[in-house]
Amino acid sequence: MNLEQMYQEIILDHYRAPKNKGLREPFEAEVHHVNPTCGDEVTLRVHLSDDSTAIQDISYEAQGCSISQASVSVMTELLIGQSIDHDLGVAGSFLEMVQSRGTIEPDEDVLEDAVAFAGVARYPARVKWALLGWMAWKDAVAQAGGTVRPSYGSEAFASTGTAISTTATSSTATSSTATSSTGTTTGERHE
Amino acid sequence: MPVSIWRQQDRTDPVTLHLDVPTLDVQAIRRDFPLLARTVRDGAPLIYLDSGATSQKPEAVLDAEREFLLRSNAPVHRGAYALGEEATDAYEAARSAVASFIGGAFDEVVFTKNATEAINLVAYAMGNAAMAGPEAERFRLGPGDRIVVTEMEHHANLLPWQQLAIRTGAELAWLPLTDDGRLDLEHLDEIIDARTKVVSFVHQSNILGTINPVARIAARARAVGALVLLDACQSVPHMPFSVQDFDVDFVAFSGHKMLGPTGIGVLWGRSHLLEALPPFLTGGSMIEQVFMERSTFAPPPQRFEAGTPPISQAVGLHAAVQYLTSMGMANVEAHEQRLTEYLLGRLDELGGVTVIGPPTTKDRGGAISFVVDGIHPHDVGQVLDDRGVAVRVGHHCAWPVCRRYGVAATTRASFYVYNDTDDLDALVEGIVASQQFFGVRP
Repeated sequence: MNLEQMYQEIILDHYRAPKNKGLREPFEAEVHHVNPTCGDEVTLRVHLSDDSTAIQDISYEAQGCSISQASVSVMTELLIGQSIDHDLGVAGSFLEMVQSRGTIEPDEDVLEDAVAFAGVARYPARVKWALLGWMAWKDAVAQAGGTVRPSYGSEAFASTGTAISTTATSSTATSSTATSSTGTTTGERHE
Repeated sequence: MPVSIWRQQDRTDPVTLHLDVPTLDVQAIRRDFPLLARTVRDGAPLIYLDSGATSQKPEAVLDAEREFLLRSNAPVHRGAYALGEEATDAYEAARSAVASFIGGAFDEVVFTKNATEAINLVAYAMGNAAMAGPEAERFRLGPGDRIVVTEMEHHANLLPWQQLAIRTGAELAWLPLTDDGRLDLEHLDEIIDARTKVVSFVHQSNILGTINPVARIAARARAVGALVLLDACQSVPHMPFSVQDFDVDFVAFSGHKMLGPTGIGVLWGRSHLLEALPPFLTGGSMIEQVFMERSTFAPPPQRFEAGTPPISQAVGLHAAVQYLTSMGMANVEAHEQRLTEYLLGRLDELGGVTVIGPPTTKDRGGAISFVVDGIHPHDVGQVLDDRGVAVRVGHHCAWPVCRRYGVAATTRASFYVYNDTDDLDALVEGIVASQQFFGVRP
């Protein structure tokens, strides 16, 4: 693994010219996530469709290294305009790839530009940089009341949002609380 | 040839590690640190420039710990058997060595888990003073009282006081920073005012490298009757240090930043204050008498060492202290001053690099934080790592300092006895490579 492989042209392009950057109206939820070990931060908004099952817009302001900046930029390109169900699958694939330590061959059909982050998987300390925006997105969708389409189950997003595991969410400051706590509360009420 | 202190205790000939070297023989020293000979990533020689976070350990330290664990390991201050006595002797010999190293008395040295715990010990003990007897009166804090720190503190010397203020209703105030990385003492007398009960500040900043004017701040604290704690994590390992030189009450530092093991830190405190200070952690080993409904506590330092202490770590720290002493702390300081001057000069020549901290060696030590214009510190760190250069990137547990200077993070190089100018050249070459890679240098 050399520098060129780690910093693929795709990453550098997104870093130099980030897509969908800036905070926009309207939005249903805004979150602020910080990586406490390095100080990278992102403020991210989501705007959902009327039935709360699709992502109309993701807007953000972020500060951090090329990996974290490019990752959130690539993410917005992949997730905007798609159903939450679809996006959860993409997020799950991304997480799986960057946490695989390089053992998983990413599916380019699903991840598109995000396959450029495969190299990050070889640097465990850097995985959290790549995940910052994705964790913020997941948190924002949960807070906005996003749901998956009835055909895939009618529960709230957070209770089914297992695509991004809690081990990953713990790498950012606040994401695990909003998503996982809702999920466990729902579960416990059945007792 | 490093030898364990365990054997050294029985030796009559002096330890001759690197005595009488006016400038450190870095190549000889490096042979005592096998880790420094390894390669990283794809075969790049390791250039370790993160000693401000943790230092590497010479074989003498590991040998001392190993020898102790293989031959003399036993609980301390308990068993009336031979091994227990040996272990107790080794543990207390370490206390004695550390006390000598900083010019303090034997019973003024408390072993803690790390420097963070040492500072928390004082802060929590001051909180506990509210429930203690009249002897603890001077440690009590409440609404109307003030705690003073500085804006350049490591989180370890900020949060314990911030949280103590929240718990007690006292007010937290701090000395601000100047644009060139020093404490702004213009309003010293207003900030350390008559309400101030404790002033806690860093001797040498871990992020800026600044060496603070301890005497001036301590004098002001004394004038208002405040206690003074000095965070010496970045000074005790790097310069001659004696508690006799400073009018302070407590000094905290860690073992692992001074060639010693992790898991051991030191709190030095003036005898009469430790005598009156209530305990922080309670349990075994720190008691005098125990009844079901109440207990009395051992005198210091045992009062502050609840539970089984870090015994082999103390033995390792003893060896580290001997190793540093054999080099001579004045030589260590001079060596690091030369490296500091060299790197500041090279960064200045380079261009496109902004040093966050004092730009000259005057009252500054060998922790140099910088920002490469146009490149995030993580990306600088990534390029350096690719070349085997290990530096710290981030906020260095001093987030308010980054905020003060309007940077999200910095890259920090910090050095020690085993670094030389070749290491700094490798760093500078790596910075140039990062500038080229990210297109900010043609």
